[in-house]
Amino acid sequence: MLPFSFEYERPKSFQEAVTRFQQADQSGKEPMYISGATEFLTLGRINQVYTEAAIDVKGIPEGKVIQFDQGYLVLGANLTLTELEEANVFPLLTSTSKQIADHTARGKITLGGNICGQIFYREAVLPLLLADSQMVMVGPEGVKVKPINEIFYERLLLQKGEFLIQVATDTRYLHAPFISIKRRQQWDTGYPLITIAALKIDRKVRVAISGLCPFPFRSNEMEDALNNLEGSPQEKIQNALASIPSPILDDVEGSSEYRLFVLQNLLLDVYEALKFGERE
Amino acid sequence: MKLHTIQLKINDEQQTVTVRSGDTLLYTIRKQLGLTGAKPGCLNGDCGACTIHVDGWPMKSCLMMAVEGEGKQITTIEGLKDTPIQQAFVQHFAFQCGYCTPGFIMNGHSLLQKKPDADDSTIKEWLESNICRCTSYSEIEKAIKFALEKNKSS
Repeated sequence: MLPFSFEYERPKSFQEAVTRFQQADQSGKEPMYISGATEFLTLGRINQVYTEAAIDVKGIPEGKVIQFDQGYLVLGANLTLTELEEANVFPLLTSTSKQIADHTARGKITLGGNICGQIFYREAVLPLLLADSQMVMVGPEGVKVKPINEIFYERLLLQKGEFLIQVATDTRYLHAPFISIKRRQQWDTGYPLITIAALKIDRKVRVAISGLCPFPFRSNEMEDALNNLEGSPQEKIQNALASIPSPILDDVEGSSEYRLFVLQNLLLDVYEALKFGERE
Repeated sequence: MKLHTIQLKINDEQQTVTVRSGDTLLYTIRKQLGLTGAKPGCLNGDCGACTIHVDGWPMKSCLMMAVEGEGKQITTIEGLKDTPIQQAFVQHFAFQCGYCTPGFIMNGHSLLQKKPDADDSTIKEWLESNICRCTSYSEIEKAIKFALEKNKSS
């Protein structure tokens, strides 16, 4: 139960959602878009999220689509992770999002909600970073489409009043070889330590990582080091580690040294699966 | 205080309730409708004791606001009557204190409906959503597998 009082709106179109947001903003209500609302509830109950106007966008039809259009797979941002898993149209996304939270919770968490959340992990963004997906956002200026690698830097850089409605991915990435691994400190249900997703396309391996830094990322410098044709896999990995962004997380789930140790081993697992930096 | 008067369809009955925007569905079904089968545990989406069904799928009712429940088919443990999964839990003593049992049964019942051919990894994946502090996991797994097998042969 949330300790604060707020207006709850459930617009039927994205235009209505944007209008409601603007009205609430002009009234000083610190409006917020919600979709799955799991983080809204879990962080709200401990006063880490606050709004006086929650605009629930999960009923907007464009946010629920799964369709192929002009060489792209278009996924609605309001699809739950379970819906994505059941449809399994983008196996890397299925494999990665299947490791988020637990099965029941994934029936409520949405793709857009995970990407735009406040928690560090946000693993659902990793496959999209690897596949150069296009992010479709709506806001006061209408519909905007931007490549994810231009608009995701530590977080999705939304303008005030904007929200993510769809994600479009070139179909050539959908069935490229991939691996996705999640490591936890303990058991299969503990909080995540590090998740790595990797995809091989055009004879190069791409990697994106969550849980190492306080944000998910993909690093071109790391990929260049891994795909270098010279040196042993271990040398390539060491060179890649030199390009990791900072800071490295250091918390109760794992010290920064331990996380780096886990990452090195994960990169070896990626090498075993996809053989980066080898002549074919 | 922002109040909403909403219609909730719970256990095939239409209920009219007035709720705060921030009331969880768990709070509403327990405190306003007297359906106390769904249990408050972590209140954070971790333990699964509050699991109900929404449109046939398991849902942690602490992770859903009551206002989100309008237009949905909601089923609580009170809505299940002598189902195969309930019989299997009794037959296999799949509980000790019983606090987590409604959540496990709701999750297991949904598994039977949605994945009647579930393999071991699917069963494990679904059951990881619920926690039993008495650690009756082995008996719970046996009960679920028994119910799945019985379901297949009937």
